[in-house]
Amino acid sequence: MTVLAVNDLCKAFDGLRVTANVSLAVEPGERRLIIGPNGAGKTTLFNLITGELSPDSGSILLFGRDITRVPSRRRPHLGMARTYQIITLFSRDTIERNVALALLGLSRLRWNPVIDFDRQFDLIERARATLARVGLDHIAGRPVAQTSYGERRRVEIAMALAQNPKVLLLDEPFAGLSIDERRDVQALLRAIPRDVTIVMIEHNMDVALEFAERITLLHFGEVIVEGTRAEVVADPRTREVYLGE
Amino acid sequence: MSSPGLRRAAVAVVLVLLLTLPAWVGNPYYINIASQILHWAVFALALNVLVGYAGLVSLGHAGLFAMAGYTAGLLLAAGSGHFTADVAAVGVTLATSAVFAVLALRSTGIGFLMITLAIGQILWGVAYRWASLTNGDNGVNLPGRPAPFGISLAGADAFYYATLVVFVLAVASMAVFVRSPFGASVRGTRDQAARMNALGYNVWLIRFLAFLFSGFWSGIAGLLFVYYNQFISPQVVALQTSAEVLLMVISGGTATLLGPIVGAAIVVIMKNVVSAYIERWNLVLGVIFVAIIVFMPEGLVPGSVRLWRLGWRAMRARLAAPAREMLGDRGR
Repeated sequence: MTVLAVNDLCKAFDGLRVTANVSLAVEPGERRLIIGPNGAGKTTLFNLITGELSPDSGSILLFGRDITRVPSRRRPHLGMARTYQIITLFSRDTIERNVALALLGLSRLRWNPVIDFDRQFDLIERARATLARVGLDHIAGRPVAQTSYGERRRVEIAMALAQNPKVLLLDEPFAGLSIDERRDVQALLRAIPRDVTIVMIEHNMDVALEFAERITLLHFGEVIVEGTRAEVVADPRTREVYLGE
Repeated sequence: MSSPGLRRAAVAVVLVLLLTLPAWVGNPYYINIASQILHWAVFALALNVLVGYAGLVSLGHAGLFAMAGYTAGLLLAAGSGHFTADVAAVGVTLATSAVFAVLALRSTGIGFLMITLAIGQILWGVAYRWASLTNGDNGVNLPGRPAPFGISLAGADAFYYATLVVFVLAVASMAVFVRSPFGASVRGTRDQAARMNALGYNVWLIRFLAFLFSGFWSGIAGLLFVYYNQFISPQVVALQTSAEVLLMVISGGTATLLGPIVGAAIVVIMKNVVSAYIERWNLVLGVIFVAIIVFMPEGLVPGSVRLWRLGWRAMRARLAAPAREMLGDRGR
């Protein structure tokens, strides 16, 4: 069964079309890369898929279930998680607390006004285990404000992974990283098991092409090219639109 | 002693001081001032749930505070018992809070502030102009204070202890709320609302419930106020009351438990004690607020903690310097 299907999705802001009849079908375990020049509508497409924006028309199906009108806050409960291009963490809290908040989001405990959050050892244990996956368990107690940019990127990914998603949407996870940090994040993404389907927006072609199995090229909100890595790279429209040749 | 140990010891000392206050203060006038500080502190703590923890600044909370006072006052004046009047007052305040929240949570930031201000002004207008119900500018007189379990609260000491019990319950419930997963969710919606939504939290509902919690304690504070004064008038619903309690929260330090209590103490002492000696006490209060904003923009309590730490570090560095010099001399 197709994990994520987007059918004829359209979105316009004040008459400006930012998503025009976009259709995608992402298969189980697939690593899908979405590329396109600035303003192509990649992040808007992510915001439509996660429900942060409502489409003007079209539909979104997750595991065959139409989620087009499902509120964005319900979608993580259905197995969808995302990261942001601009890092959005809880900077006053520790790294561990950030990940624990991600875990709490899917737990009924989030409504409990009586128990002590810091004594929810199961949540804390799971947060630590997730941080170990991204190599940050040694600084779990450090406030986010005292971490490097690369570490924050990994916390972003850890928060998404903590929710055990079936579909993971990564919005430019390599943006602003040094070569070493990029290598770390690359290794981390490679280690994500195949039962998690990944859709990723990325500008950095060196790392993105190595990761992707299928690529979708967006231009002015439309899908221009879609295919395997080799097909898309070889397509003259890719070179024309994206690679500037 | 560890930091939590120190905190527990400090709380125990403060509790003992509060429990013995009538004995060492003696004068009923000052015991009444202490009662006022405590019930204003409950109100400030209630507003702090929204301002400090949820990041929603309300300028209409006097409406909720007075709603409880008016409901109890009108029912008591009509001949109801204290228990019925108090339960009804809390119920009406919660219902009003729900309406407030539904209307105001359409927005955040300045929009939220303006909506709460507008609703607060509507309630003031109702209290002032619907004279057949509220007695207008003449206000509502209470027949007397209650006597729970046969203990009369008519005297200054007894009323102080009743207020202290409610105050301790309020502080305890806030402390539990702050440390709870729900408290963490409320703070999360303050810091990163969009992210919380993407993590699966219902941001609107969290804010709505926080508003109800704040409304509940505002109503309890309103009840204490009306029993203390045995009178309520439209002046209590006015914008000045909302602004005053907001200043208590901001000057003491938002998102702290101690801050609103300290803020309430400053305002009540200035209004009741300093005003007896200085005619232009409002000016002094204004200067204090300006000084707090300039030197401790985070509020008096967090600001004092910051300055204390800075001072402590500087002192340690000064003490360590001669020791280093001595060691250096020996080394040579």
